[in-house]
Amino acid sequence: MSKLIATASQTIGPYWSLIEHPEWADLLRAGGPNDGYAKGERISLTGQVTDGDGAICPDAVVELWQADPAGDYEAGFQGYGRSRCDAEGRFHFTTVKPGAVKGRGNATQAPHVTLSIFARGLMNHVSTRLYFSGEPLNETDPVLAQVPAERRGTLIARPTAPGVWSLDIRLQGEGETVFLEV
Amino acid sequence: MSDPVGYLPVAPGSQAPLNSPGYGSTHKRHPKQAAIRIAPTLTESVAPRMLERDYPAFADMSVHEGRQAQGERIIVGGRVLDENGRPVPHCMIEIWQACSTGRYHHPLDTHDAPMDPNFKGEGRVFTDENGAYQFVSIKPGAYPWRNHKNAWRPNHIHYSLFGAGFAQRLVTQMYFPGDPLLPLDPVFNAVADAGARDRLVCGLDMDIGREEWALGYRFDFVLRGRDATPTENPS
Repeated sequence: MSKLIATASQTIGPYWSLIEHPEWADLLRAGGPNDGYAKGERISLTGQVTDGDGAICPDAVVELWQADPAGDYEAGFQGYGRSRCDAEGRFHFTTVKPGAVKGRGNATQAPHVTLSIFARGLMNHVSTRLYFSGEPLNETDPVLAQVPAERRGTLIARPTAPGVWSLDIRLQGEGETVFLEV
Repeated sequence: MSDPVGYLPVAPGSQAPLNSPGYGSTHKRHPKQAAIRIAPTLTESVAPRMLERDYPAFADMSVHEGRQAQGERIIVGGRVLDENGRPVPHCMIEIWQACSTGRYHHPLDTHDAPMDPNFKGEGRVFTDENGAYQFVSIKPGAYPWRNHKNAWRPNHIHYSLFGAGFAQRLVTQMYFPGDPLLPLDPVFNAVADAGARDRLVCGLDMDIGREEWALGYRFDFVLRGRDATPTENPS
């Protein structure tokens, strides 16, 4: 069987919001795939996306992918959301706090959320992880351990109010977010 | 449970660099530091299962609220495969595009061309068991975009696909054969490899088209593949 080569990514462009569905930012929405889901701790995730000048990116879109509160991906909770950035370049998700996820080998991964950023000017999306500050498992997380200590903070969300966690995404420049690839 | 199998490395030249200087918007938005490569964990190996129940399909973009859009009706069809040649069934494909005059149904699009009130420009389809998909639309028009002197985007349709693993997520654009704007387009030409660019261009297919109704175009998507056949966990 001859190998095929993956289709080239092309930018999402400025008009992607033709497929925008603002309600997808709420993973617990009525009528959605997790309607009535009652487990775990309900949380909000927010952050501002900025460019190399520190200017906001109000046309960016952020996608979220996470496990359920027990650390499972395929046990009934659909951990997918999409949030358009608002006029201040902020994304907003309503979800449940994920649990620790099995890692490679015998490792355990700290609770985390994958964030992918798509925007005009990005020829391919970029992905990172959001971790929660104060989680003891952060100290031993195998992915965080791969990130140079001085940049690790770009992956750690801080609580800004009860149940509200914030992590800014800097696409370029000072404090540039660490992006991950597989 | 065994560890997730890794993904095939990106073929040289087959993906546009994030820093693509010909496309002005990349200047301030591309990360300067290389991404950190991680071994795939469960997180990167599974993906949301989009069900039609939650994300209803609408496969005919040529009609809006019962009224026919203006322009050249087209049928686009093909398959979604992975790099190992395996079909990707139940794959959700989101579609968006400009109308026949090159105008998006979007408040930020101020291009001075008549907007077709009967063309919204949004579609959604799912692949079948064999990875096949098809939808009906209108051939999109070219439009200006101010990237450089007298810059016009070639006719194109945008797509967003979810594979079986989150690392297979793909957003791309499909172009039309023989478009004279293609050699001038910095987004298309940001892909260095000519073969990879050619694979972004659909092909006229008289078997997909319908006699006396619409021309047909074939376009296959390829999502990233695993670098070995995953072994099933017997337990």
